Amino acid sequence: MGLDSTAQGRHRCIMPHDHSTPGHALLPPEPELRVKALETLLVGKGLVDPAALDAIVDQMQNHVGPRAGARVIARAWTDDAFRARILADAMPDLIDMGLTGAQGEHVVVVENTPEVHNVVVCTLCSCYPWPLLGVPPAWYKSDAYRARVVREPRGVLAEFGLNLPSEQAVRVWDSTAEIRYLVLPMRPDGTEGLDTDALEAWVTRNAMIGTGLPQAPA
Amino acid sequence: MTPAFERPWHAQVYALKEACLEQSLFTPGDWSAALGAALDRARAQGPVDGGEPFWLAWQDALETLVAGAGAADRSAVDQTAEAWRAAYLSTPHGAPVRLSGDG
Repeated sequence: MGLDSTAQGRHRCIMPHDHSTPGHALLPPEPELRVKALETLLVGKGLVDPAALDAIVDQMQNHVGPRAGARVIARAWTDDAFRARILADAMPDLIDMGLTGAQGEHVVVVENTPEVHNVVVCTLCSCYPWPLLGVPPAWYKSDAYRARVVREPRGVLAEFGLNLPSEQAVRVWDSTAEIRYLVLPMRPDGTEGLDTDALEAWVTRNAMIGTGLPQAPA
Repeated sequence: MTPAFERPWHAQVYALKEACLEQSLFTPGDWSAALGAALDRARAQGPVDGGEPFWLAWQDALETLVAGAGAADRSAVDQTAEAWRAAYLSTPHGAPVRLSGDG
């Protein structure tokens, strides 16, 4: 059976273009051809379901993002019992909230305090709590961040505009294939009267990685 | 919402990796180790800034693990990629691109 590159709606290669050989469909770049080839082979062997691939992309593209993590943080700021539970073991609540990934990785929530600021990295590859934060930002995946944040965390945080008081220690958490970390930032002053929906808007992606702090929505 | 994937193929390689994990073609630990090794190989060619070179390392790691699982070796991927290339080059602009035969 032939495969249709447009049928599933996930291939977006056919579009207006300016290639020099008019008349044929726009040739995708080499890596895209190889990924399509992998997909063809895995689907052909019945190892992968094309509909499942579409669902995974749709979920990550349209339904996940830093807002999922922000929902967890805002709830933790307003619900002491929830906060205590997720600091002890986040998984039951994350499962309950539908915020776990295909990999079943364990998420550990680390809490910022006046004494300790937490920051997350993956020095080996790019382990990241995708179901909570969506696609990792480019800088998280960069060699520079991965190497430097362990050696000189304060310097790296300063480059993000985050200058921590000297009395606040910095703790760097190195993610693994099995354990991902989510930073629970301190609730900002001036947010006392806000409900969880309003608080969510304060929680930035970087605040949940530790390279930023919650910010008043623009 | 922040844009998720910069290129469609980044999304595709991500989805394939997740689907392979779901099918237990390899484990999360295998993936982490393979991606770490692929990033090391990429770094030998130049800095990996988190953009295209990062996703090329994903593709490299996925091909390595899929081959290791006996699901598709690199030569099969080479041949199928060439078949897709030929299909694109022989399909009129605007028509759906199909890969005929057994790929």
